[in-house]
Amino acid sequence: MLVLENVDAHYGKSHVLHGVSIEVRAGEVVGLLGRNGVGKTTTLKAIMGMVRRTRGRITFEDRDLGGVPPHGLAGLGIAWVPEERRIFRLLTVLENLRTGLDRPGVTPDRRERLLEKVYSYFPILRERRNQAGGTLSGGEQQMLAIARAMMLEPKIILLDEPTEGLMPRMVAQIQEIVHALHRDGVAILLVEQNVPLTLDAAARVYIMEKGAVRHHASAAELRADQRVIHEYLGV
Amino acid sequence: MDQIIIQTLHGLVNGMVLAMVASGLTLIFGIMDIVNFAHGDLMMLGAFVGASVLGVTGNYWLALVVAAIVIAVLGALLQVTTLRPLIGRDPLTTILATFGVSLVIQKYALWQWGPSVRRISEPVPGEFTLFHLQYPWYRVATAVLAGLIIGGLWLFLKYGKYGIWIRATTQDRVMAQAMGIPVPLVYTAVFAIGSAMAAASGVLFGPFAGVTQTMGFDFTLRAFIVVVVGGMGNLGGSILASIFVSLLESYASIVVSPAQAVIVSFVVLVLTMLFRPTGLFVPTPK
Amino acid sequence: MTAMPAARPTPPATAYWIGFAVVVVLLIVAPLVLPPFWQRFATEILVWGLLAMSSDILIGYTGMVSFGHSAFFGLGMYGAATALLTVKPPSLGLALLYGLVAAGAAAVFVAYFATRLRDIYFAISTLVFSQIFYVIIFTWTEVTGGENGLTFSQPRLTIPGIWSDRFTPVTFHWFVLAVVVLSYLLVRRITQSPFGMVLQSIRENEPRTRAIGYHVERYKIVAVMLSGLFAGLSGVLYALQNKFAAPDFVFFVVSGEVVIFNVMGGMGTLVGPFAGAAFFLLLREGLSRFLTEYYLIPLGIIFIIMIIFLPQGLLGFLRRRLNT
Repeated sequence: MLVLENVDAHYGKSHVLHGVSIEVRAGEVVGLLGRNGVGKTTTLKAIMGMVRRTRGRITFEDRDLGGVPPHGLAGLGIAWVPEERRIFRLLTVLENLRTGLDRPGVTPDRRERLLEKVYSYFPILRERRNQAGGTLSGGEQQMLAIARAMMLEPKIILLDEPTEGLMPRMVAQIQEIVHALHRDGVAILLVEQNVPLTLDAAARVYIMEKGAVRHHASAAELRADQRVIHEYLGV
Repeated sequence: MDQIIIQTLHGLVNGMVLAMVASGLTLIFGIMDIVNFAHGDLMMLGAFVGASVLGVTGNYWLALVVAAIVIAVLGALLQVTTLRPLIGRDPLTTILATFGVSLVIQKYALWQWGPSVRRISEPVPGEFTLFHLQYPWYRVATAVLAGLIIGGLWLFLKYGKYGIWIRATTQDRVMAQAMGIPVPLVYTAVFAIGSAMAAASGVLFGPFAGVTQTMGFDFTLRAFIVVVVGGMGNLGGSILASIFVSLLESYASIVVSPAQAVIVSFVVLVLTMLFRPTGLFVPTPK
Repeated sequence: MTAMPAARPTPPATAYWIGFAVVVVLLIVAPLVLPPFWQRFATEILVWGLLAMSSDILIGYTGMVSFGHSAFFGLGMYGAATALLTVKPPSLGLALLYGLVAAGAAAVFVAYFATRLRDIYFAISTLVFSQIFYVIIFTWTEVTGGENGLTFSQPRLTIPGIWSDRFTPVTFHWFVLAVVVLSYLLVRRITQSPFGMVLQSIRENEPRTRAIGYHVERYKIVAVMLSGLFAGLSGVLYALQNKFAAPDFVFFVVSGEVVIFNVMGGMGTLVGPFAGAAFFLLLREGLSRFLTEYYLIPLGIIFIIMIIFLPQGLLGFLRRRLNT
C-alpha cells in the first residue's frame, strides 16, 4: 500500500536519508526501530512531504505522492501523529478533533459515531472536550493526537514515538489502542525506541542506522534472535 | 466635564471604526506573519467603491456590501499573485511587497477618482443634543454596526468550521496541513476576509470625513499602532487597544490640535514596544 | 534581512578600482557635456543614491529595514536651513554642521529606542518615529514654516582663506560628487572593518552574535547613528541644491522611496542603492512624461515583480549573469 523506494532526503544542506526502502501493506503494523537521530522521524516527514526528497519514489496505493500537496495526504488516507504531538494548544479538545472531522462527505451521523468511538477508547477526552488542548497532560495530549488522526478515518497512521516520556500505565493504553486500530484494519507505520512494544505490535520490523535501513525481519524472528537488536540498538 | 463626555463618545466611535480596520490587519498577521502595508489603502479603495455604488444606486447598505465583496475578491487576487510567491521568505519582504501594492492602489484611486474629497452622505439621519453639541446618530449607529461586524467575525472564528481551520492554521501550519486543511486556500480566504473588513470600515468611515486617496496611509499607520499595542495577531487585544488609543487621542485633542494629538498614540506605541513588547493586553509572552 | 544572500566577496581589487575610477571620471565629465536638465538630474541621482546607501547600512548590512529615513533626511534639510537663515553671512560649513547635528540628534533618539526591537517591530517603530518628526515639523509653524517650509539662498562655495565663489550647477555637481565619493569610500571602509563584520553577523544570526559575546544593541545603535548621519548629509545636499526645506521630505513617502532604491538596486552592496536610485529616477522621468503622477502604478508593479523574482536587485542579477 505504502511503498518507499530508494528515498534520499535533505534537511537544508545535510543529507539525512540514504536510499530508504520500506513497504507497508494494507492493514499491516510495521515497526521502524533505531537509535535517536538515525532518520526514523525524517522518514515519516518524507512521506508527509515535509522534507526535500532528492531521489527515489514514494507511492501510496500505486499513486506517486510527489505531486500531492501536503494537505492532500489526509484525503488519501494517510494520517500523521508526530513525535511532538503538535496539539493545537489554543483549540479545545473537541475543536482539535473537529480539524479532522470537518471535511467534505462526513454526515452528522458519521461524525457522532466517530466521536463516540474515540471517546470510548479515550474516555478522558470526553471529560476534557471543552478544555484547551494545551492544558492537557503529556499522556492526554498523546491520546488526543492519536484520536485526532483517527478522525480522518485513515488507511494508514504514521505513528512517531507514541510512548516517549509516558508513564507505564499510559504506555499500556497506547499499546492497546495500537492493537485496536490493527483489528479495525488500519495499517500503522510505528516509529519507536521501545523494543518490546514494537515487537509485540508489529508483524515486521525495519531497523535504521545513519539514515539507511540496515535490517529487515519479521517480529517473530527478532523475538527469537535478539542479537540484531543488540547490535543496532545496544539494548 | 461636558468636554470629557463628548470626547469619550467621540473616542469610542472612532475606536470602533479603527478596531474594525485593525481586526482585519491582525487576522492577516496572526495567520500569515504578513504585515500588510496596503491595508489602509484597501480600506480607501473600499470607501471609493462604496461611494460609487452609492452614487449609482442611492442605497448605502448595498454599497457597504458590494464594496466588501469587491475588495474581498481583489484581496484574494492580491494574495495569490503577490504574497503566495513570498511564502517562506523573510517576513520583511512581505512588508516591502505590500508597500508596493499600497503605492499602486493609491495612484490608481487618484487616477480613477481624482484628488478631491468624495462625500458619502449619512445613511442614518438625525442628531441628538449632547450639551452644546449636535451629535449625529449616524456615528453612534456606526459604532454599533462595527461592533456587530467584529462580533460576527469573532463568532465565525470561534464556532464556524472555517473559523476552526483558520485558528488551527494560525497555531500550527504544518500540522493543519497534515490534518487535510487546505492551508493555501485558508491564507487566501483570510486575506479576503481582512480586505473585506477594511473595505467595510472604509464605507462606514466615509460619512465622517469624506474619502480621499491619501487616507489609506493614515489608517495603515493607526492600525499598525493598535495592532502592536494590542499584541500582534491578538484580535481581542487590538480591539481594546483601538478604543484605548482613540480615547487617549480624543482627550488629548481637548488640549492640543487634532493633528498633534496623533503623537499621543505614537508615544503609547513606543512605550508599549519598550516595556511590553508582546502587547498591553497580553498577560504572558507567546 | 536574513533571506538575502551575503554580500559576495568583492571582485579582484584592481578591476574594482579601475571600474570605480571610470565611473568617477564619467561623473566628473557628466555636467560638462549634459544639457542643464540632465545635469541637474545627475546631481539628484547622487544625492538620492547617498540617502539610499545610508539606509543600506541598516537594510543590507545589519538586516534592519528602516521605514523612517525621511526623518534623518528631512532634519538634515532643516538643519541646513537653520544655519543659512540664522548665521550671517551664510556659510556652507555651518550648513553641513547644523544639518549633521540635527540628523545625528534624531538618529540618537531613534537608535536608542528602536534598536531594542527587531524585524517588523523595528520597521514599524522607525516609521512611527519619522511620523513624530513629521507632525512636529508640520505643526510647529513659527520655527519650521509649517506646511510652506523654509526657503533660503545658496551659500558660497568657500575653502577658508583660499577661495570663495558662487556655486554654478557644474561646481555644485562636483561638490556633491566629492561628498558622495568620500562618503562611499568611508562607508565601504566601515562595512569592511571588524565593526562591519559584526553588523553582518548580526544580520546572518543575531542570537549567535550575541552568544559569541558581542553587545548587539550597541552595534545596532552605532549602525543607526551612522546611517542617520549619512542620510542627514544627503538631506543637506538636497536642501542646498533646491534652496528650501519642506515637510514633504520628512514624510513617509521619501522613506518608502529609499527602500525601493535599495530593493531595486540590490541590498548589501552600497553601489546597488545608487543604481537603484538611478533606475527609479530614470523610470520615473520616462514614465511620468506619459503618465504624469500615475507613473507610480507601473513603477509599483515593477517593484513588486522585482521583490518576487529579483530579490537581490539589479546588481545581484547582473552579477549572476556575468558569473554564469
